[in-house]
Amino acid sequence: MIIVRKLIKRFGLKAVLRGLDFQVEQGEFVALLGPNGAGKTTFLRILSSLSRPTLGEVQIAGYRLPAQSAAVRRKLGVVSHLPLLYGDLTAEENLRFYARMYGLESESRRVSEVLELVGLTPRRRDLVRTFSRGMQQRLAIGRAVLHDPEVMLFDEPHTGLDQDACVMLDQVLSEVAARGRTVVMTSHDLARAADLASRFDVLSRGVIAASVQRSQINPNDLLAFYRQAVGDGKAPASAAPVTMEQPA
Amino acid sequence: MTEHTAHLARVPGPLRLFWRALKAIIWKDLAAELRSRELLSAMLVFSLLVLLIFNFALELDAKTRSTVTAGVLWVTFAFAGTLGLNRSMATEKDRGCLDGLLLAPVDRSAIYFGKASGNLVFMFIVEAIVLPVYSLLYNTNLLYPGLLLVILLGSIGYVAVGTLLASMAVQTRTRDVLLPILLFPLVIPVMIAAVKASTGFLEGIAMVDIRPWLNLLVVYDIIFVAVAFMVFDFVVEE
Repeated sequence: MIIVRKLIKRFGLKAVLRGLDFQVEQGEFVALLGPNGAGKTTFLRILSSLSRPTLGEVQIAGYRLPAQSAAVRRKLGVVSHLPLLYGDLTAEENLRFYARMYGLESESRRVSEVLELVGLTPRRRDLVRTFSRGMQQRLAIGRAVLHDPEVMLFDEPHTGLDQDACVMLDQVLSEVAARGRTVVMTSHDLARAADLASRFDVLSRGVIAASVQRSQINPNDLLAFYRQAVGDGKAPASAAPVTMEQPA
Repeated sequence: MTEHTAHLARVPGPLRLFWRALKAIIWKDLAAELRSRELLSAMLVFSLLVLLIFNFALELDAKTRSTVTAGVLWVTFAFAGTLGLNRSMATEKDRGCLDGLLLAPVDRSAIYFGKASGNLVFMFIVEAIVLPVYSLLYNTNLLYPGLLLVILLGSIGYVAVGTLLASMAVQTRTRDVLLPILLFPLVIPVMIAAVKASTGFLEGIAMVDIRPWLNLLVVYDIIFVAVAFMVFDFVVEE
């Protein structure tokens, strides 16, 4: 579903991604872990066609980036730590607006379905700026699944949420994954990643430094696995992955 | 694809999708502005203050008035327009909504034309209020069809360049300062042509003398709308 080969991204002279290889099969839920500055957000922005790769090959659902970016965007749902919602519009108006941007037919029906999915039907006519952070994030997920995308990208979706909101978000994330979508989620929260993901990749210094399937690691060992992959934070991470299993 | 989302598979053609996205952005900008009134109130208050300041500063007699009216009007429109352009794009950037727009599977020029059309509507609203206020303050009739045509053409050129540059400036930390610095040098041709053509209509100069300025406005509009159409994708993508 997602194939990335030798991906390089430079901002001026600074290389953020340095020949990254990454592959995700349909229906997988990959947690992309890594320290601040590792390049997780940059990587997700390239996958979501918001940023152009400097070099390398990116394919999503059979379409190449950046050449076929509009076709890729139709297959993608993206949730970042910002809600991408308009505070002066109601929840329903926000979804209706994005439904039009995606050219959806029968938009009213779909908007109602999505509001129900994220549990915001009772607040559908309230302005988004009156919503709590957790409600905004649920609506942001609603916006991202509006066109029923095959691939979902989550960029630290738990950032700024309290515990209750995180639990609610996890329920929505589980439901999204249960529908067979391919999910890539960046996170600093190993415990939440362990609960949700089917595979854990560690991105460090611009490459995938390690990768392991959930079935092959005890969740209690995830922190040790992560630390081993990231290294001590001074020496560059090994170019050779410390993988228990390489992605196919 | 689940059974109840099967209807989502029907994808409209690119042109239809383009128009739907363009209309959606205009609707969204107007609906949000109707609620917040942030952008229009800032533009209007600023415009009226500029007019008042000119009114007291210049103390013009009736004869001199006709020669400076066009200048005063276009300075007011340009400054108020910059405020509006900045605010319009800042709203998109602050909550990440620009990314939301860019993630839509639509030709990105639809986003540009949608934002530019919204900005143009706000500009026209401000102009529709400023003109009668100016007429009252200066006791000057401004309801000439020719002048209205110049305002239409000048505003299109100003907004076409302004929306493109605002999309660039909004990516930087110094966006409030950067936009006028980038914009004003580029709109010098449109400002000169608009002031000359407006003065021509206000002073009753022969059409043959005004036409070159009108032609310049039309050419400027076409060129900059075309340039924006071609480069917007590169301007907004990292």
